[in-house]
Amino acid sequence: MSLTIPTFSLASIGPWLTLSVAAIAILVWDALSKERPAAVPAVSLAALVIAAVQSLTLLGKKGTDFAGMVYVDGFTALAYLILILGAALTIFLSWRYLEEYGKNLSEYYALLLFATTGMMIMVAGAHLIMIFLGLEVMSIAVYVLAGFLREDLKSNEAAMKYLVLGAFSSAILLFGMALIYGAAGGTLYLNELAKKLAVTKAVTQPLILLGLGLIVVGFGFKVAAVPFHMWTPDVYEGAPTSVTAYMAVAVKAAAVATFLRVLYVSFPGFAADWTWLLWGLAVATMTLGNVVAIAQTNIKRMLAYSSIAHAGYLLVGLVAANQLAAVGILYYLLAYTLMNIGAFAAILLVSRQQDRYLNIYDYCGLGRQHPGLAAAMSVFMFALAGMPPTAGFVGKLYIFAAAVQAGYIWLVILAVMNSLVSVYYYLRITVLMYMRPAEADLGPVSFTPAVTATLAATALAVVLVGIFPGWFYDLAAASVKIFSL
Amino acid sequence: MHFIPYVWLIPVFPLIGFVINGLLGKSLSKGKVGTIGTVAVGLSFALTVAVFLEYLRLPAAAKPVEVVVYNWLASGSFSVNVAFLVDPLSLVMLLVVSGVSTLIHLYSTGYMHDDPGFPRFFAYLNLFVCFMLILVGANNFLMMFVGWEGVGLCSYLLIGYWYEKKSASDAGKKAFVVNRVGDYGFLLGMFVIFWTFGTLNFREVFSLAAQYPVGSGIITAATLLLFVGATGKSAQIPLYTWLPDAMEGPTPVSALIHAATMVTAGVYMVARCSALYVLAPTSLAVVAVIGCATAIFAASMGTCQFDIKRILAYSTVSQLGYMFLACGVGAFVSGIFHLMTHAFFKALLFLGAGSISHALAGELDIRLMGNLRHKIPITYKTFLIATLAIAGIFPFAGFFSKDEILMYALINGNVWLWLTATVAACITAFYMFRAVYMVFFGESRVPHHVEHHIHESPPSMTIPLMALAFLSVVGGWINFPIIPGAQKFHDFLSPAIAPLGHEAHLAISAELGLMAFSMAVAAVGIYIAYKFYLVSPEIPGWLAEKFPVIYDVVYHKYYVDEIYDYLIVEPIKVGSTLLWTEVDDKVVDGTVNGSAGVVAWLSEHLRRLETGFVQNYAMAIVLGVTLVVGYLLG
Repeated sequence: MSLTIPTFSLASIGPWLTLSVAAIAILVWDALSKERPAAVPAVSLAALVIAAVQSLTLLGKKGTDFAGMVYVDGFTALAYLILILGAALTIFLSWRYLEEYGKNLSEYYALLLFATTGMMIMVAGAHLIMIFLGLEVMSIAVYVLAGFLREDLKSNEAAMKYLVLGAFSSAILLFGMALIYGAAGGTLYLNELAKKLAVTKAVTQPLILLGLGLIVVGFGFKVAAVPFHMWTPDVYEGAPTSVTAYMAVAVKAAAVATFLRVLYVSFPGFAADWTWLLWGLAVATMTLGNVVAIAQTNIKRMLAYSSIAHAGYLLVGLVAANQLAAVGILYYLLAYTLMNIGAFAAILLVSRQQDRYLNIYDYCGLGRQHPGLAAAMSVFMFALAGMPPTAGFVGKLYIFAAAVQAGYIWLVILAVMNSLVSVYYYLRITVLMYMRPAEADLGPVSFTPAVTATLAATALAVVLVGIFPGWFYDLAAASVKIFSL
Repeated sequence: MHFIPYVWLIPVFPLIGFVINGLLGKSLSKGKVGTIGTVAVGLSFALTVAVFLEYLRLPAAAKPVEVVVYNWLASGSFSVNVAFLVDPLSLVMLLVVSGVSTLIHLYSTGYMHDDPGFPRFFAYLNLFVCFMLILVGANNFLMMFVGWEGVGLCSYLLIGYWYEKKSASDAGKKAFVVNRVGDYGFLLGMFVIFWTFGTLNFREVFSLAAQYPVGSGIITAATLLLFVGATGKSAQIPLYTWLPDAMEGPTPVSALIHAATMVTAGVYMVARCSALYVLAPTSLAVVAVIGCATAIFAASMGTCQFDIKRILAYSTVSQLGYMFLACGVGAFVSGIFHLMTHAFFKALLFLGAGSISHALAGELDIRLMGNLRHKIPITYKTFLIATLAIAGIFPFAGFFSKDEILMYALINGNVWLWLTATVAACITAFYMFRAVYMVFFGESRVPHHVEHHIHESPPSMTIPLMALAFLSVVGGWINFPIIPGAQKFHDFLSPAIAPLGHEAHLAISAELGLMAFSMAVAAVGIYIAYKFYLVSPEIPGWLAEKFPVIYDVVYHKYYVDEIYDYLIVEPIKVGSTLLWTEVDDKVVDGTVNGSAGVVAWLSEHLRRLETGFVQNYAMAIVLGVTLVVGYLLG
């Protein structure tokens, strides 16, 4: 018997290796040091920078590696970069915030890097098991992160809820994958699934659809689509603010990118089934997210519903299922990462010591007291609301234009209406900041260099990426050619 | 020196002003802030004039000019540039906007002098001008929308500028909500156009549209949707209710945004899309009828107001109605002509009102004025000129533009449109002179403590008044009727406007007859006002007693606000609260209240896990699974 070892290149998974090695090194380093090593955030950032450089080298590639288990292509690389950006910005937000709680521990950064690695495994997964593996690596790390403030009751509750429901949804996802495995006659490779399912369709159609439905539910949970969204407000509100920011952008980005690939690569033959299903989910998600966000007075909760609404817009892109839609989704993920992290940076500053001020009325009069902070927050609110010429506007435009091209006029009509409704609650924050006198003296804002820099950089980027979207568009357009849409 | 390639700088100057005043305004002196704001807009005006002069010299073949700055959004079949269209229509708008803006900025340096938010005010005002110039300069729908949203945003911010007043922030909110409806129409119209033509560039869309038959459904749909946008921004029935409330903003804002520029954006948009509208007779009819109805409806509401700014606001709504009437009967040029003359005289009226209230320590109620003509002579004279212009008296600017609209309403439209618009003109003359008589003539009703403070405004305010008064006199002469070759404005603008299939003309004698008639009608309005408010001031009170129901209904603006509240606002409020409390919050709220303290946390959690919420969420997921799978298999 001869054993052939498939050839592979470690460079194909370079970013994973860098981040996971860095995470392990941080843990070991922490265990061996007497004092808490202060350079951990810097080391984590350095690892992310290296991973970003490695991702850049993958941009032009096309194909798979590790015996067809891992995608090595531009789409994956762009997704990596967006995830790395999210993780890096989160680190900037984190350390001062954690210090306030006396929790600036090395584990936090290690977990963040592990979660990011999991996301990368997920978006690069060319095999359903790889995807599941990545999803679990990510989820477990994020469960812990959500409960990172051990003594804080809300943080605990958030982690507990996320864990229980996350496990539940993972089981559903896994069950769906198992059914697909059976229905396809024994394969889990995304590329092969499409072909095999086309053959077995005549016999196993109900089984395929059941499996597909369960997969949709599993991803729906991670992206916070209605009706699988219920954990979102509680977990977003309870988790440490820096973790909430991370969950809102990176977890959603990883899930959407993976979902996109699974649907477009493995289930194009069932588009007639899933497009209308996602159509319904998109409408429900946008509408509930936006309408309920109006009634929120806790800003983290408001942004939780906002993030549900944005999941709805992303689903509109998935429904459209054309090249422009795929580009639009990537662009949207980038825009969303920038504007949401920026908004959370502002929230961190306004909430002051230990999340004391999270009510939206705590923003009254901010325009007078801290004009720079208020101006940046306004930029993020306008961007989230999709006001031109910010990146949020361009992202929506790409996605809605893709849906128009694909002929989903009613979906666009509803999406535009939602988008207009959403302006109300985003703009309200601006109105409170500029048009209401401060209700009470909340004390000074401690502008730390890292958070201030994040705020300024994301605000600037949100505007610039909106005014000059061309470079990213070209990158994304080249990368989504792999999908035969 | 070529200026046209630098047309993109026109909106950049005010943007720079915004950035400087917005970031550094607090540390600059008021004089500097005002100068920066005014000069920024003045530079835009100067550049616009230079571009205009160069454009006049261009050979016909080189017109119109598109100046592409860069490719903004591109994807295979879909591409949008940041680009400016330099054509007669955009040039007229750029000139009006930047010119009037410069004067109003100058006026504001005086009017807002004692306001603590001086730099903030100028920053917003500059930002507004920037977006307005983008709106009128754009060569495609998307960039126009950028401006459209931008001016809307600045408008809300400026209406609510004195946010300490609850009425001001409520008015801002109302403007915002009502305009959402309009913007929705605009956006959908834009998507329909993109869906149909695959491009958003004006010239490409219009040339592709030419292949469609007159009356095609898709173009009718697109134009109607766009018109919904116009009714929101330009305060037409049914979305006009926000504009009178918007008078809560500072007076220069009312003059600039809510009279001269932003509210005319809808008219501009319809004129810009004339090539589409002429293909959709149904849409044109809707535009004409809505415009005409708004003209008389708003005019009638103006007769019973006592707040001078509100009188002017209803008058603006009414005059915008005339402009839409013009567009609706295919006389787009006349619509834009009236837009321009209206920008002059209405800005002047508002600035005059500001000057009056400046003299009277902020008073706006005309019942507390009277006999002011000798105390504030410049304000009086300029206000009178503007009033004569809006009433349509020869040879003031409004006469020419309004008369054209009435004429086209008759020959392109029908006798009912003409008759309604003519009656509205009579009412306009009446309520405007009512204001003039009550403010400047008769007995002084000014309270004693204010009386001896009355003073004429400083030169920074009176110079813009005089400049606008000059324009309100001569502004109409560029389109002198009857004399051959004197319709310069028409000749200049025509290339940018799609002609209506049939061009009808009146005999000169008929045209002269119409003019005489409309003058007579205006004179009747003025005479009634003279009789009611100067000779026998007891008549209005007597009429109000004699016809209490009519008076009450008109005084309460036909109860439209109340009806909207009852039919739309309240149900939405109730509905959204229900959706929140019944659908989402029953399960969600109260779950993260972690108030039990650290000691009890474990039991607390176990209790929750056992009795409730997480299971509820899981149940929701199961329900979702059932729905999803049920749909796929069903």
